[in-house]
Amino acid sequence: MAVLTGRVHRFGDDVDTDLIIPARYLNTSDPVELARHAMEDADPAFASRVKPGDFVVAGKNFGCGSSREHAPLALKAAGVAGVIASSFARIFYRNALNIGLPIFEAPEAARALKEGEEVAVDPVAGRIRRLSTGEEFSATPFPEFMQALVAAGGLVPYVRRRLAERGGRA
Amino acid sequence: MGKTIAEKILSRASGTDAHAGDLVVADLDFIMGQDGTSPLAIKAFRAMNGSRVADPARVAMVIDHSAPSPNEGVSALHALMREFAQEQGIHFFDVGEGVCHQLVPERGHAVPGDLVIGADSHTTTYGALNAFSTGVGSTDLAAAMLTGKLWFRVPETFRVTCRGKLPAGVYAKDLVLYLAGRLTADGATYMALEFAGEAVSDLSVEGRFTLSNMAVEMGAKAGLVACDDKTLAWIKEHSSREPRPANPDPDAVYARDEEFDVNELVPQVAKPHTVDNVVPVTEVAGTPVQQAVLGTCTNGRLEDLRLAASILRGRKVHPGVRLIVAPASRRVYLDALADGTLAALVEAGAAVVTPGCGPCVGTHNGVPSDGENVISTANRNFKGRMGNNKAFIYLASPATVAASALAGCIADPRPYVKEGR
Repeated sequence: MAVLTGRVHRFGDDVDTDLIIPARYLNTSDPVELARHAMEDADPAFASRVKPGDFVVAGKNFGCGSSREHAPLALKAAGVAGVIASSFARIFYRNALNIGLPIFEAPEAARALKEGEEVAVDPVAGRIRRLSTGEEFSATPFPEFMQALVAAGGLVPYVRRRLAERGGRA
Repeated sequence: MGKTIAEKILSRASGTDAHAGDLVVADLDFIMGQDGTSPLAIKAFRAMNGSRVADPARVAMVIDHSAPSPNEGVSALHALMREFAQEQGIHFFDVGEGVCHQLVPERGHAVPGDLVIGADSHTTTYGALNAFSTGVGSTDLAAAMLTGKLWFRVPETFRVTCRGKLPAGVYAKDLVLYLAGRLTADGATYMALEFAGEAVSDLSVEGRFTLSNMAVEMGAKAGLVACDDKTLAWIKEHSSREPRPANPDPDAVYARDEEFDVNELVPQVAKPHTVDNVVPVTEVAGTPVQQAVLGTCTNGRLEDLRLAASILRGRKVHPGVRLIVAPASRRVYLDALADGTLAALVEAGAAVVTPGCGPCVGTHNGVPSDGENVISTANRNFKGRMGNNKAFIYLASPATVAASALAGCIADPRPYVKEGR
């Protein structure tokens, strides 16, 4: 995976899944439609402001609440390259890995990074670099199994490959 | 080394000697999806080249979040679920059957010792039955349906021991709101909660469901209760399956261990917009409310409806309040019809909606207007949760919701309640 470069969009603690994608928009599972309403109740201008490759940076417990996978999907489809947070709620964490949205548990980076500044992120090494100063932050590394999941591009390609290896049966 | 409930169940299900921190692949006893999450799971199932679910008898899909369908987009998603359920021969609960977290235990699909996943965050509910049950997303649901297995990190356990006896007018909901306030919204993230102590043993199984249901509001992966005679009696009434109780060893290792005395606990209210923003009811009493909601997977069971009816019977809901009641299931609905509970609620002024999630998820059945306050027995008060980001949601017990519906403002239910439970 290549190094990703983009601008920071900052949010606070306990950003819940209703803020990321409100249930009133769950009448579709079309990622493009979901992306139009990403983060709408936290910042109504987010969807129009975010550029492909940008990063969401937040405090603790990002993605708490519902199990809706529409939340990481909406961010991914909106062009968000990854989420950097002090900590993640566990279902969001799993969902993001499963659909191939890079996430970084990096409390120092989450505290330090400012709205609008540029960062370069190495998703494999878990290194986050502030472009203006060159300052580096590290993210908690994934356990080996999850690295394999990330490398495969998510759970769908991972399972598909495993099933193919076993002759198509679970 | 002794084991926690989580370690015992995940050891059994994975065929390994599992301890906190281990990654295991485990066999699932039951798998559930609802109409918010199943459509994406069906897409992922196809994308994985799935043709048949591993064991249709262990899979259920439930239409409860938007039931009946409020618009054509949702109707198409429901149609996709019906078609998949028919093709695969899985259990299917259509419009009107009830909330998934009522149906799975009520129909006997979760018993002590089970490992259950559901594509809904409140799947922690069945921990009350001594089952390890946890919420996942759609892609995990797809992989689980296809293979019958899923990977888990064996969680550390946080034991919460509740000492003493809940006073009159104070219920399981007040206890769990109090705990959410004390532990905070991420106080148990990545951990399993074990609820212990005589205040938990004293609860009915229904009350324990309320407790385990909200474990996820503290970030927990599961909200587990030991199996006792009450659990076994409940299971005998609802399931033909054999329980495999998984009680913690006396020398089990806990990552965190805290005790709370509940003898002096008062009714609790979670204020907008986070579940851990909890205060005693006395602090917010008098706050005007325009809508009151009785129901949801937290508090829509017969015991909850009866409690509210005991306060509302022979009285009238305040003219400025809309009281919306959503029974947790068709069976709860029928039982509440048969014993006069629903008649008491309707005579008091309640509007009864289809068994299911009701207005909790903000898709239908009572979206509040700008600036309105809602008092609800639900488990979430996030901004925008009920479909309007300019409304304010307060969470409380069925008794507090009933008392508030009468008063037209948040009210302490204790004056209506004679004796302790």
